[in-house]
Amino acid sequence: MTITDRTPNSFRNQPDERGHFGQFGGRYVAETLMPLVLDLEREYRAAQQDPAFAAQFDDLLEHYVGRPSPLYYAERLTEEVRKDAPAGKGAQIWFKRDELNHTGAHKINNCVGQILLAIRMGKTRIIAETGAGQHGVATATVCARFGLPCFIYMGAKDIERQQPNVFRMRLLGAEIVPVTSGAGTLKDAMNEGLRDWVANVHDTFYIIGTAAGPHPYPELVRDFQSVIGKEARAQMLSRINRLPDLLVACIGGGSNALGLFHPFLDDKDVAMLGVEAAGHGLDAEHAASLAGGRPGILHGNKTYLLQDADGQIAEAHSISAGLDYPGIGPEHSWLKEIGRVRYDSVTDTDALAAFQLLCRTEGIIPALEPAHAIAAVEREAKKMDRDQIILANLCGRGDKDIFTVAEALGTKI
Amino acid sequence: MTRLSAAFSKPHPALVAFITAGDGDTAANLDALVAGGADVIELGMPFTDPMADGPVIQEANIRSLNAGTTTADIFALASAFRKRHPDMPLVLMGYANPMTIRGGDWFASECNKAGVDGVICVDIPPEEDPELGPALRNAGIDLIRLATPTTDAARLPTVLNGASGFLYYVSVAGITGLQVAAQTSIDEAVARLKVHSDLPIAVGFGVRTPEQAANIARVADGVVVGSAIVELVAQHGASAAGPVRDYVASLKQAIVAARKV
Repeated sequence: MTITDRTPNSFRNQPDERGHFGQFGGRYVAETLMPLVLDLEREYRAAQQDPAFAAQFDDLLEHYVGRPSPLYYAERLTEEVRKDAPAGKGAQIWFKRDELNHTGAHKINNCVGQILLAIRMGKTRIIAETGAGQHGVATATVCARFGLPCFIYMGAKDIERQQPNVFRMRLLGAEIVPVTSGAGTLKDAMNEGLRDWVANVHDTFYIIGTAAGPHPYPELVRDFQSVIGKEARAQMLSRINRLPDLLVACIGGGSNALGLFHPFLDDKDVAMLGVEAAGHGLDAEHAASLAGGRPGILHGNKTYLLQDADGQIAEAHSISAGLDYPGIGPEHSWLKEIGRVRYDSVTDTDALAAFQLLCRTEGIIPALEPAHAIAAVEREAKKMDRDQIILANLCGRGDKDIFTVAEALGTKI
Repeated sequence: MTRLSAAFSKPHPALVAFITAGDGDTAANLDALVAGGADVIELGMPFTDPMADGPVIQEANIRSLNAGTTTADIFALASAFRKRHPDMPLVLMGYANPMTIRGGDWFASECNKAGVDGVICVDIPPEEDPELGPALRNAGIDLIRLATPTTDAARLPTVLNGASGFLYYVSVAGITGLQVAAQTSIDEAVARLKVHSDLPIAVGFGVRTPEQAANIARVADGVVVGSAIVELVAQHGASAAGPVRDYVASLKQAIVAARKV
């Protein structure tokens, strides 16, 4: 767990006491939820000061999740990328292997932290939203582990394209609530989660899956996920006694990216690249809120959103259900505006190619979400010198995506 | 005296009636609310993601947006209403993003030009007041705040600070149109709010029968009815004005008969 660094001139001292990251973030929720959101903040501050909370969190991450996750030098991928690179170019590619976590993605780190908070607050019922189903599976997992009833809101369209995860959640004892409003994807599932929460504030804890939503969610999700970057930083130093030159991570809401980036934000020689989903292309349907959106207010925070001139929210598109969201965590909006992190995007097509490349060169089937990061790593590595180092977050494994990928490649399974 | 304070100074509690802008024949339905005896008109601004609304108003928002309703259309409806009904209070209700996307000052100035008296924004709590509050106050538009069953005595002063027009008591912790609050809990809540505030108190969420409206009218300064009217608009489409007027008249009759205690 991170105690937020309050020293001046640090990139790690956000948000302010009102939950703002510059102009972003905040607490834009209905009055019914406001007292609860304030309670959550008080309880989180108390937990941050409580060594027993940190000890329980660390213990579960080690023995239940399987941390620390390995740091891995992808030698064959590096060689493959160098084949098309100009002479002397082709940076070394390393991966933080968060796809090896229990449940197959980084999502579990945050769920362990939040369910401990829920228990601390005496809440007896857990709700969550899910897109790809990874956060839903992670939430259902911790609910089973702690014996709490679990209700997962999931868009009807996502239920259709993520059947294996739907079945996993049911095996774990969760009730899946299909959401048919809107386009039936992650945004609509989040609306329905908020509606449930507002009607059940007395006993219900909402485990939000990404570093977004009303303060203190963006901060606490980031803090729980920062285990990724803290481990990676220590592992780099102990393995090769230096820090990476560039960090790369994919971004839907942005929790895996913040988890990797945040512990490095004050290392001024470490560059960072966040990769959004460009879907069919930035001039067509996509999910790249920073590239194609502008600041607005949705789901409890101010952040970059895909929207029209009247502030009506647009539908996002990505082949990856986990990136299919028209917003982004507010800290990313801030990091973009101050220029500390660079953001780029990758199309469905390029992500599919990178997905296959990693399968063939490293024997690792990545989720479609980090396949976006891998495509960007390929592009970046070719521009960098051979002695430079890229560290990318392999935030999920691809078992859940094989049906989607088969369909995209025209194969029937 | 503002149009809103006049509405709450009548010998009977005010009937606050809601419809969604751009759903059905909005101008005709607004006139029907007035003809039925509504004392305050609440016009909903449709939004793609109405997190605090139940299925009835969600669907009204979708119908309206699918019909192509824009923010400019809503202000045009408001301006035209103001010309037809110079004395009838008109309040816009909606979500933060459509209200703030061009800046709070722009929104407040459009409200002013259109003759809008007050604004209810579901997802701007007092903690985020700078987003819209100062702009509305500068333009002389009432910012109507919401109090809920979770708003305790310690928090109430925060909610009241900067509130004007009236205080909207959301009688259930939940979304619009579904549950109904127990009358005893409404009585207690209104009494508690009255200790802290001189603002008129209107009670809403889940009110649908004349009998419920009358029970609330015995303790509160206003009764808000939304989903039940929006259901009539959904059911009758372009010819909803008659049924809407008759239904509103039945509510009004019950409220007037209940008198204020």
